[in-house]
Amino acid sequence: MIEELITSGRNLPDIDPRLQVWGWEIPFYLYIGGLVAGILFFSALFTLRNREKDYPTAVKWLPMAAPVLLVLGLGALFLDLSHKLYFWQLYTHLRWESPMSWGAWTLLAITPLSILWAFSWLQDIFLTWQWPYQWLNIFFQWIRKNRNSLAWALIILALILGMYTGILLSAFNARPFWNSAILGPLFLTSGLSTGVAATLLFSRSHKERKLFASIDLILIGIEIFLIIHLFMGFLAGTRVHILAARLFLGGPYTAVFWVFIMGFGLIIPGILEILELRHKPIPGYIPAFLVLLGGYLLRVIIVDAGQASRWLY
Amino acid sequence: MRYAMAIDTKKCVGCSDCVVACQTENNVPIGYCRDWIVETTTGTYPELSMELRSERCNHCSDAPCVRCCPTEASHVEEGGIVLVDHNDCIGCKACIASCPYDARFIHPEGYADKCTFCIHRVKKGEDPACVAVCPTHCLIFGDTDDPNSTISRILKKRKWKQLIPEAGTDPNIYYLL
Ligand code: SF4
Ligand code: SF4
Repeated sequence: MIEELITSGRNLPDIDPRLQVWGWEIPFYLYIGGLVAGILFFSALFTLRNREKDYPTAVKWLPMAAPVLLVLGLGALFLDLSHKLYFWQLYTHLRWESPMSWGAWTLLAITPLSILWAFSWLQDIFLTWQWPYQWLNIFFQWIRKNRNSLAWALIILALILGMYTGILLSAFNARPFWNSAILGPLFLTSGLSTGVAATLLFSRSHKERKLFASIDLILIGIEIFLIIHLFMGFLAGTRVHILAARLFLGGPYTAVFWVFIMGFGLIIPGILEILELRHKPIPGYIPAFLVLLGGYLLRVIIVDAGQASRWLY
Repeated sequence: MRYAMAIDTKKCVGCSDCVVACQTENNVPIGYCRDWIVETTTGTYPELSMELRSERCNHCSDAPCVRCCPTEASHVEEGGIVLVDHNDCIGCKACIASCPYDARFIHPEGYADKCTFCIHRVKKGEDPACVAVCPTHCLIFGDTDDPNSTISRILKKRKWKQLIPEAGTDPNIYYLL
């Protein structure tokens, strides 16, 4: 038996007795990043396939929310910083080794593009829309002509953004529960799934609902597969990784994770979507809402559990 | 040049003088510390054995805190000392999350802070404050690249361990056993 005590009375704020430097802001920021990645990815994808008439919510309407969401996400990141006046230092350095750095740059690139993207749809939604200045009209005509190039840029940036939200955590080898390469693809899949769920929440077109419910089902399946692999990887890992997994297999996160995230966030909406596809009278907003909530909880729990897991010495 | 510290766990009595010396020397705000004492008890009564360790930043040769810092605020100085430049730090706390030893904290003024190996003293040729005050002389500071330095010779002679080398950080604090 080993007992360890810090005898000099160390009691650092947010570090002792266990790390808690990241509260709600970082999970929220990661969640918004994933959600926006999902929204922009599908909007751009179906634009490239010329399906804006068939899937208007996903292609034209939801992107309007993307810039607002991005600003909220960046706002949460800003709130989390403890040396706020020096925020600009983030954009005087670019460091590939630091996910925090290239992620912040990705956000900087995707935010203006998402604004252009959202505005470029105004004339498609409101047919009589005119910009107050002629040069803006000319500019957006030009954007609309080159929409496909913008769509490609957004697809690539959205995938990077979605991955980044997971890699930010998996790069921390000091926190065994985050230290898994699965987190990148898991957060990307979950982000895409929340983007799809946002479409399902607002779409009134039967055709659109049907396609997006099927896409969501596939994404939910992949997510469950990745979560199982996450735990298999931990259980086949070192002692600290096994202990980290046990936080969820009998430990303090067991109930919240398996009931609320796996159950209400993935399996139940999956079943409801299957029933909806089989024309059962399911109010479509219920599975969509559950997926959106589950995605948020997933990030809250993973950010918290990572900080609770540690190396032993 | 590779600055490092050897800490004799057989001599340390856990008096916390190093902790207080550091707080005074570096103006560490009340309630915070850059070094601390850990007491480890192993075994079952009455067969117990105890180890005392004065711990601090390990000035890792492969420092994850430097790698994950988005602004280069966390950087490596001459001699391998890992430092934080306060005016570059945005307080994102990535470095805190990346340190397996929990050696960093957020200073009340907002930037990340930790042990500096008293670089301001070392540059003048003095020992870090903790080393200078230790009443049992159990802390040895020096250059491990120089084979004739006291620390190099002690590390050759004595058995030692590093803390969680398996975390891949290549730490530079050696605990003499
Ligand atoms: S002990 Fe922690 S803070 Fe110090 S260099 Fe290593 S990783 Fe960085
Ligand atoms: S808190 Fe400061 S020193 Fe630490 S990683 Fe962020 S910017 Fe770098």
